[in-house]
Amino acid sequence: MRNSIIDYTLYLADSALILGQRNGDWCGHGPILEQDIAITNITLDLIGQARSFYQYAASLIGGDSTEDSLAYLRGEREFKNCLLAERPNGDWGQTILRQFLFSNFQRELYTVLTQHTDQTLAAIAEKSLKEVNYHCRWSSEWVVRLGDGTDESHLKMKTALENLWPYTGELFKGADYEIAVGMDPSSLHTPWFNQVEKVLQEATLPISSTEHIFMHTGGKQGVHSEQLGFLLTELQYMQRAYPGSNW
Amino acid sequence: MTTTHLFEAEEKACWALMDELHDPEIPVLSLLDLGIVRAIEVISPPNQEGKIKVTITATYTGCPAMDWIANAIRIELQTKGYRTVEIETSIRPAWTTEWMSEKGKEKLKAYGIAPPEKRFQIPGDGIGCPQCGSNDTKLVSEFGSTACKALVQCNQCGEPFDYFKCH
Repeated sequence: MRNSIIDYTLYLADSALILGQRNGDWCGHGPILEQDIAITNITLDLIGQARSFYQYAASLIGGDSTEDSLAYLRGEREFKNCLLAERPNGDWGQTILRQFLFSNFQRELYTVLTQHTDQTLAAIAEKSLKEVNYHCRWSSEWVVRLGDGTDESHLKMKTALENLWPYTGELFKGADYEIAVGMDPSSLHTPWFNQVEKVLQEATLPISSTEHIFMHTGGKQGVHSEQLGFLLTELQYMQRAYPGSNW
Repeated sequence: MTTTHLFEAEEKACWALMDELHDPEIPVLSLLDLGIVRAIEVISPPNQEGKIKVTITATYTGCPAMDWIANAIRIELQTKGYRTVEIETSIRPAWTTEWMSEKGKEKLKAYGIAPPEKRFQIPGDGIGCPQCGSNDTKLVSEFGSTACKALVQCNQCGEPFDYFKCH
């Protein structure tokens, strides 16, 4: 059970960190200043969530483990983030859609997690939920604005949906450690789908095209796409090149 | 877990000290105004071993000011003779802007930041302008210069201003 809690905590931490790192690439490159600030605020919050989870995981692992060693010194096979989080940013539309799909999932997940018997996980979920609601509102507004926007923005959102949808199935397919800690995510699918479908309809984005599509899995078990390696190379560069460096 | 407050006078002095320490990003607010100091326990006064435990809570997840604040508390207490300063961060109950003092809200307003208001749990148009007092304002973005703020602009005086979000 203890190992499952550690694995589960790392899964939550890694997903938040990796998406945070992806979004961070937009810093200074957002389409307009306010939205640049919005996406980097979300990034900051995701990394904050990751820190809380890593600190807890490190306390359970014990020894020399710290939040930093977990973020900076593990290899790709050890990362348990969902594949959706590591998908490349693509254009602004794809970044928005990824955030939208992920944040709505996080909202359902954290809502259930607040009732968990593990008091620390429940507390982190309760704390994180406040800001996740902001992420959901912001990304939903943008999905509608771009989906129901110009021909070009609509086309880009449609392409983004086709690119990202095959990575949503994994979110609801329970890994061993999720089942072991009583957090089978399959029950989250219906509320998530209903909310996502509602917004996509408003955005005039056809969700019907996503039926019976092949779903990628593996991220939760450490089997990632090649993109994660590049991402970690950048994320972990300082600690790999100058072990133990500090400032 | 029950705490026995054996050194009430010393603890009272430490609480007063917390009112002297300020948020690095919103310097008009003291740590007490923010409501982030949850407990102070003097285990041994400075004229003995000098041991103290302070419990703080994070405002916004990922707020970079928290590390700075914990350090500031540590240094301040060390200069007052507490050789061992233990700082614990609690996350439950989650911090809420309802813990912000009324004095703090007034200071925020005077500083040009609209204080959190219950009816704007979700930031929207109509948040009172801290410059001219008008409610004829529009929300520019739910995200502002720091994690705790949204960006609003006044239609009357034209001034853009920050709104301290309800949490």
